[in-house]
Amino acid sequence: MRLLIVEDDAEAAAYLTKAFREAGHVADHAGDGLEGYAMAEGGGYDVLVVDRMLPRLDGLSLIRSLREQKDATPALILSALAQVDDRVKGLRAGGDDYLPKPYAFSELLARVEVLARRRGAPASEPTTYRVGDLDLDRLAHRVTRGGTEILLQPREFRLLEYLMKHAGQVVTRTMLLENVWDYHFDPQTNVIDVHVSRLRAKVDKGFEHPMIHTIRGAGYMVRDTQR
Amino acid sequence: MTRNADTAGAPVTGSPRPAQRFLPNLFRTTAFKLTAVYLVVFALFAGLLLGYVAWNAKRLLDDQIRSTIDAEIQGLAEQQRLGGIRRLVNVIERRSRAPGASLYLVTTPVGERIAGNVEALPPGTLDRPGETEIEYARSSDAVDKPGRAIVRIFMLPNGFRLLVGRDVEERERLGIVIRRAAGWSLLLVFVLGCFASWFVARRVLKRIDDMTDTAQSIMAGDLKGRLAISGTGDELDRLALNLNAMLERIGELMAGMQQVSDNVAHDLKTPLTRLRNRAEEALRTARSPDELRAALDGSIDEADNLIRVFNALLMIARLETGRIQDSMDRLDLSEIVSGMAELYEPLAEEAGLSLVTNVAPGLGVLGNRELIGQALANLIDNALKYGQPAEGGHPVVTVAAQQIDGEVLLSVADHGPGIPEQDRSRVLDRFVRLDASRSKPGFGLGLSLAAGVVRLHAGQLRLEDNAPGLRVVITLPAIAAPALDPAAAGPKTVDMKGSPLLPGSTSASNPVGLPSL
Repeated sequence: MRLLIVEDDAEAAAYLTKAFREAGHVADHAGDGLEGYAMAEGGGYDVLVVDRMLPRLDGLSLIRSLREQKDATPALILSALAQVDDRVKGLRAGGDDYLPKPYAFSELLARVEVLARRRGAPASEPTTYRVGDLDLDRLAHRVTRGGTEILLQPREFRLLEYLMKHAGQVVTRTMLLENVWDYHFDPQTNVIDVHVSRLRAKVDKGFEHPMIHTIRGAGYMVRDTQR
Repeated sequence: MTRNADTAGAPVTGSPRPAQRFLPNLFRTTAFKLTAVYLVVFALFAGLLLGYVAWNAKRLLDDQIRSTIDAEIQGLAEQQRLGGIRRLVNVIERRSRAPGASLYLVTTPVGERIAGNVEALPPGTLDRPGETEIEYARSSDAVDKPGRAIVRIFMLPNGFRLLVGRDVEERERLGIVIRRAAGWSLLLVFVLGCFASWFVARRVLKRIDDMTDTAQSIMAGDLKGRLAISGTGDELDRLALNLNAMLERIGELMAGMQQVSDNVAHDLKTPLTRLRNRAEEALRTARSPDELRAALDGSIDEADNLIRVFNALLMIARLETGRIQDSMDRLDLSEIVSGMAELYEPLAEEAGLSLVTNVAPGLGVLGNRELIGQALANLIDNALKYGQPAEGGHPVVTVAAQQIDGEVLLSVADHGPGIPEQDRSRVLDRFVRLDASRSKPGFGLGLSLAAGVVRLHAGQLRLEDNAPGLRVVITLPAIAAPALDPAAAGPKTVDMKGSPLLPGSTSASNPVGLPSL
């Protein structure tokens, strides 16, 4: 994955670039908004990571300008502002995701990977997901594993759906809270963990190979370990 | 200017207020300008009034003189008819000598005087029959004092001429009196007006100067200072009252900020020290990469906690300054409450409590979903943390929501130890943790944050005794719930009915009727 980091703080940018390269991605760096715009316009990037406050051209204007050029490269906004409506402003400007500073790199990486995957995905979502012997039918609201039906509560279904949609990718706790419960605050407790462990009890119990994996310091991942 | 002495020595006032600045200031005051305008207008009116009176008096006197002259002429004409010119002359001779007599003169056709008491006349007067006003000299008086008179001149038969007239001295005197009165009264109006204007302007100016002094000392850091209220309820009082209210609010905000920084200093230093100690300890004692890794993991957890506290603090501060723009919307509170209860239900079960919901459908409030969700999450989280009942109690946490009149009542109740009455208002402050809860994880920010959210939504948060346990009750102004039909989504208009404006000026940046997000 090729990504462009537009960040004016040299140290933060160096850290991000290094960390993304270690994670196996190609990361370029632009030091201000105009440079970032020029590089992003050249195209070829899978994801843009844009700081909100930049010299010469601020992050929101950068993304807005790109969107006006019909450039739909997914963009994640980093912001030190954490006003209640900042997220909304960021998304309105054409951003695809929003992460307030300070953030954990694992969180940023997980979100960027999800954004990059979304770029390559077909426009319409499939009606079924399949990971190993685990099947989820979105239309029939049915989950089976190895042909045996698993009964799930509606919210558990949506949780599993989101995990399976991003099978093979790390999904963080905040991503789950945002996408399954549609809240963006910090729940302060391990409330998501409890939901995942409940789901895990239904999906993985009695099976030799677990589907739902805990990724230390990051979140969860659904993956078929058999293959 | 008694304050000069007070303020002259005070180093806090940037610019002293010496007396020499007073006069130039005076001319620029509104009171002075107003009084000057009044002065001119009053003088003008007084002048007009006196002029009118004088003109009327003159007319009245003139009319009187004319009628006297008419009467004399009639009498003289009668005499002439009876006894010809000789008799007329005789009568005039006699009348002329009477004290206070009118003016009489009979001349020959060439103007030689035959009889009468008029000595000198402007030349040609007798050639113009009819009424004229002339200067004359009386033969009996001291000749050097000419007078003014209204006279009427007749051509008698044979070319003789008769002049009858009356002195207008009285009228002249009246004129002088009136002119003098006008002069004096104008002078008086001017002097009194000047004095009054100076007095009024000085009075007002003095109060404004006092206000300026107070404002300056407040700006210099004396936040306790308040503007003086004279108690008359006038405009300046009202202004001072409003400014004082504003100062009060600013003082509260400043105190809040002060408290935040104090608390931040205190409560963030502790975990920061822990973080530092942990890193040092790892450097000193860790033998294997695994130990180092564990220490680093611990440090990251510690840092995350710090960030969490920091975020919560910032959020509370923002809530208190009322700065959430464009993010109020019509919300289905029932959905939020049920969703939040569902989110926490497994956690409750894990804690050995059952989370019971009792939520009326279709409750509507105007607000920010994230904030209300967060507040509710904090309350439920608290109830699960601290709501463990004593032996034999009900292990139940109840989340209820219903509408009563124009208000939505939202409550989270547990059967734990509760909060003693005397501590109830204190626990809403930042970082306050009761001794009983010190052993549990947390920072003492959850309730403050919830209270801040509720205040921003024009609601109230009360802590009540659930006998036993704690019941947190939130009241929010109710509005009609948004339509659940997704087709009705999109730009919604806010129903103003039953959605009172947010409180005070602090939320002026959150007018109702914001576009939906």
